[in-house]
Amino acid sequence: MPLSPEDVSRIAHLARLELSPAEGSAMQTQLNDFFKIVEQMSAVDTSGLEPLHTPLSAIGNVELRLRPDAVTETNNRAANMANAPAADAGLFLVPKVIE
Amino acid sequence: MSGELHTLGVAELGRALAAKTTSSVEVTQALLARAKADAHGAFLVVDADGALAAAKAADAKRESGADGASGPLLGVPIAHKDIFVTQESTTTAGSKMLEGYRSPFDATVVARLKAAGALSLGKLNCDEFAMGSANENSAWGPVRNPWDATRVPGGSSGGSAAAVAAQLVPAATGTDTGGSIRQPASFTGVTGIKPTYGVCSRFGMIAFASSLDQAGPLARSAEDCALLLSAMSGFDERDATSVQQPPQDFHAQMLAARAGATAAQPLKGLRIGLPKEFFPAALAADVSGRVHAALAEMEKLGATLVEVSLPRTELSIPVYYIIAPAEASSNLSRYDGVRYGHRTDKPLVRPSQPKDPSELEQMYRLSRSEAFGPEVKRRIMIGTYVLSHGYYDAYYLQAQKLRRMIADDFQACFKQCDLIAGPVAPTVAWKLGEQGDDPVKAYLADIFTLPGSLAGLPGMSVPAGLGEGGMPVGLQLLGNYFAEGTLLHAAHALQLATDFHLQRPQA
Repeated sequence: MPLSPEDVSRIAHLARLELSPAEGSAMQTQLNDFFKIVEQMSAVDTSGLEPLHTPLSAIGNVELRLRPDAVTETNNRAANMANAPAADAGLFLVPKVIE
Repeated sequence: MSGELHTLGVAELGRALAAKTTSSVEVTQALLARAKADAHGAFLVVDADGALAAAKAADAKRESGADGASGPLLGVPIAHKDIFVTQESTTTAGSKMLEGYRSPFDATVVARLKAAGALSLGKLNCDEFAMGSANENSAWGPVRNPWDATRVPGGSSGGSAAAVAAQLVPAATGTDTGGSIRQPASFTGVTGIKPTYGVCSRFGMIAFASSLDQAGPLARSAEDCALLLSAMSGFDERDATSVQQPPQDFHAQMLAARAGATAAQPLKGLRIGLPKEFFPAALAADVSGRVHAALAEMEKLGATLVEVSLPRTELSIPVYYIIAPAEASSNLSRYDGVRYGHRTDKPLVRPSQPKDPSELEQMYRLSRSEAFGPEVKRRIMIGTYVLSHGYYDAYYLQAQKLRRMIADDFQACFKQCDLIAGPVAPTVAWKLGEQGDDPVKAYLADIFTLPGSLAGLPGMSVPAGLGEGGMPVGLQLLGNYFAEGTLLHAAHALQLATDFHLQRPQA
């Protein structure tokens, strides 16, 4: 079923995107065009198949590697915060959340 | 020899530097002059001061005879796709979202090339967050193809490909998620390799689709690619998907003779599989002709051609364009205007009703909407939808299952052949603006690079001569997991016997 303008608004809300009416309408057309080529996927029987989350598991078990629980980084707060749009006293600033 | 320095490839430059017929400073100055005059929009940042300081240091190191004073990359100038974070200059991923962003660290690939003695002239244009196949999605303007400035260079590593083709640098780094090294290499007549998923660290490579993204080099020959890949690759504990293998010498693997090979037939015994789905009736005649001509040369070198089948080639388009946007929507949720990146300066509205969005949420929405371009927004929307409640199984999970079928199809093929070959793209580079406002049309053109990406296999684009309008055509070679050496060996043999890779655009 094609996506309606309401569907597009709902998805934009989930994605934290604000679309202008013109953007929303173009998006609706383009997404519906795209999902036409997606339809062929549902015709394939994939029952019993394991999803392939990471490519190398096509040829064997991929084990998740854990690192030792050790401190590896030094305090680099000033450099790490240098790109913050708003910061004060080593804290990231956001619009007021709690009254 | 300063007038000719830009024509030298990585290996040639390394030899000239070792023989001291030139210096790193001399080479760097010659290439900086070309990079500053770049008319193709390939460079976003030219770091002249940093490059010259590194060149002086490389020359001094060579004079000192210290450890590492004779590596093949010592003093060789390259440049990085703007998707790799670098301390010395800004990194934007082609997006307004990261305008002015300065990383507190270097990407592992950048750090390793630096440690091998290569120096960076600056950062190269790319599609926004590597999403695109024409480099028309960069917030900083398109890149033009050095063979014809009215055409696209391919993408997303379009700046890397154009810079190598226009001889602004002998080699550049790129990344490939669904073809972003191979396709621009094909469109600009350069050689590029995407290694097996996990061979190069993704640490410091701005994430698009984490189960697909891989780094690799673009250069003017397979040999030059081998030299760069040896330095770029290897296990990195800071990337959870990095493959735990000892460092590899891809140059030595490229040179190693095949069992049973002769001087006249270096590819004797090599079986090259041609998937019939890679040669559809609709394939452009010039592309088909050039690919077959290159394959005929490989036959002369001893290879045998066998027909194979990848029956899910067409399905790889929707599978990729579900999985990659799903991962992108998750990865790009980090751009919230708080820790880094663009933040809106529009006034926020105090909520008066309980259902009104909070000021924080308004800030997220406005910041993201102002700074992301249309293609990035589309992919975030697709990804958000296919991961959302009620649609996950039908789209995302089904795509992941089909991804396994596609990977299994390749394993069935590799029982009958050692390498797989076909075109990289269905046509030569198209004109700027030609695809207009039809993203699906652009997605369909990725058909031949997506299957190998989904399977995580290594792949190359190797120049195969010129097609329509005098534009380059690339031969795609795909290998089984960790068969980079076989790929590079075959491409190198072809390049020793032919001059497709030596053709250059008119300056």
